[in-house]
Amino acid sequence: MRRRHFLSLLASVGVPQLSWADVGSPTFLAAAREPSGEYALFGLNAQGKDVFRIPLPARGHAAAAHPTAAEAVAFARRPGRFAMVLNCASGGVSHRLEAPEGRHFYGHGTFLENGAILATTENTIATGEGVIGLWARDEGYVRIGEIDSGGIGPHDILRLPGDVLAVANGGIRTHPDQGRDKLNLDSMRPNLTYLTTHGGIEERVSLSEDLHQASIRHLAQHKGVVGFAMQWQGDLFDPVPLLGLHRRGGLAQLCTADLGEQLAMKGYAGSIAMTEDEVCITSPRGGRMHVFDGQGTFKTALNRADICGVAASDHGMMATDGLGAIWHVDQNGLSRLGLADRAWDNHLIRLAT
Amino acid sequence: MRFTLFAFLALTSPAIAGINAVVDTHALPNVARFAEATAALDETAQADCRAEAVRPAFQSAFDAWMGVSHLRLGPLEENGRALSIAFWPDGRGMTQRTVNRLLQDEDTAVTDAESFAEVSIAGRGFYALERLLYDEAQSQYDADSYACELVQAQARDLARSGADLKDAWQEFAPVLKSAGDAGNTRYLSEKEAIQAVFTALTTGLTFDADTRMGRPLGTFDKPRPKRAEARRSGRSLRNVILSLTAMREMTAALGGDALPLSDASFAETLRVAQELDDPVFASVSDVMGRFKVEVLQLQITATKEVVVEEIGAALEVTSGFNLLDGD
Repeated sequence: MRRRHFLSLLASVGVPQLSWADVGSPTFLAAAREPSGEYALFGLNAQGKDVFRIPLPARGHAAAAHPTAAEAVAFARRPGRFAMVLNCASGGVSHRLEAPEGRHFYGHGTFLENGAILATTENTIATGEGVIGLWARDEGYVRIGEIDSGGIGPHDILRLPGDVLAVANGGIRTHPDQGRDKLNLDSMRPNLTYLTTHGGIEERVSLSEDLHQASIRHLAQHKGVVGFAMQWQGDLFDPVPLLGLHRRGGLAQLCTADLGEQLAMKGYAGSIAMTEDEVCITSPRGGRMHVFDGQGTFKTALNRADICGVAASDHGMMATDGLGAIWHVDQNGLSRLGLADRAWDNHLIRLAT
Repeated sequence: MRFTLFAFLALTSPAIAGINAVVDTHALPNVARFAEATAALDETAQADCRAEAVRPAFQSAFDAWMGVSHLRLGPLEENGRALSIAFWPDGRGMTQRTVNRLLQDEDTAVTDAESFAEVSIAGRGFYALERLLYDEAQSQYDADSYACELVQAQARDLARSGADLKDAWQEFAPVLKSAGDAGNTRYLSEKEAIQAVFTALTTGLTFDADTRMGRPLGTFDKPRPKRAEARRSGRSLRNVILSLTAMREMTAALGGDALPLSDASFAETLRVAQELDDPVFASVSDVMGRFKVEVLQLQITATKEVVVEEIGAALEVTSGFNLLDGD
């Protein structure tokens, strides 16, 4: 035990570890496509200004930010077999994670145990069962195990207090040989699962049978409430809920706007964020963001083409779109913080505060 | 002289000239026509609410709607405007349910416009009114019945929506035309305005192919002729033709002479549509009839591809990054 501790101390001496403050104190991470057709990961400050830019070899999906070290893990889009650990100080790739034989990544991950463990959502290709892969950062991101995700197609993953993981098991089975084809739309059964790395599954929340095609995809949290954003796989003209709120031990509360606004989301929520008193989901297909209050009552729709990334900021929310704009969101609606010649990708990631 | 011309050209980029033409020669006149046609529908219904008397004005107002229904940028995208005028498709039968409930309860919301505007959008607009005017069982109402009051309320509500859309476009037009100006918080560059028109076009063409045609086509094993849009009023094919005609006009306004392939493709698709002798796609259940309907659907999709390619190249726009490819 002591020896191991000593070794990890030694390791951290060997590789001087820079903190987020050393790379300009970014508040957010976001991937983008640049006019040249290249992709990059950007660090952004609270005002939406670039703090750093790191080239990516291909389009990414989400990134997982280390809680203290200036290090981010960028995932390939699903069904990706690789993830890269980026040193945000040097811009270099410090490690390359390869999914084990028979597994692929789903595009999201999160750090546990103060950043010692990385947890990634993965597919068992042969059976379609979802797993959470575990990687030890202090040992150079070596694979140390995996646990059952509690469902098929785990997508977003969120660390809750006490290192409990919330996992959005989207329910959709895919096979890399068939790209993104959805293989089980008739029988899919998504859920929200809470688990720990040592105790396994603690709680599983699923919706009623008539919503079995509502793929639970992305997650946010605020003070014990987990918000989940869904993507409807049934008839696009069905007015189904796309947002749910859940408190441990309770039933999921589903939240909708009025009929016209609900249909205008086109059955698709791409990202979700929560603050003290608001929950936002975005629909690039509907060109709008829906704002709900903390109790899940619909407040307003904010229109903007191709809006998708959204995250809590210090004074409301921040959002990004595919036209390159960065928006501050508050009770006055959308106000522009920045505009860059790049297309912001699906997610805006808030760093731990 | 040469200098003046040059200065003029420098002031008005081709992109913004296209946007100005879309607004001034296409959107505003069509929106004004829709307001007039819905006002006429209202007037007709108030004078004589019986189905037979209202039908011609209903048809003209629906025609006018097809001139604006593809303008899915600005006003129709906000405040639930589009769906309160046209609640379709309706796979869950909400229109019929809401109309039945209103009739059964003799809901007093019909007495004034403000209360009626609070009624579910499934009970308002063209498709709810169509039930009362064309459904065999429901269109036999008398002049002093509740159904008659409901028809009048729906017609008044459509006229209110028409006037509201016209006002909203008057406000929206300068915003679209000043895309990229400092202080324009809606369209941050000229390109964004072009992109918005481009997205409306591709969305409209996709809707014609996949929804207006696709829903009745269903699958080969399970055709769904009763899902055809506005089949009761005999408008399914007519709506496709008028919608394509309107989008052809918008494309021409946007690109001037710069989009010859798109225009030719629209012309060819319209020719195929006009030759199709199946006003409500009733023949999708038999093999030969189905084939002809499918040919039109394929033709619309082909036109969409030409438009995407030609406008994309001429005006340097693409469909949304996240919109196309989410996860």
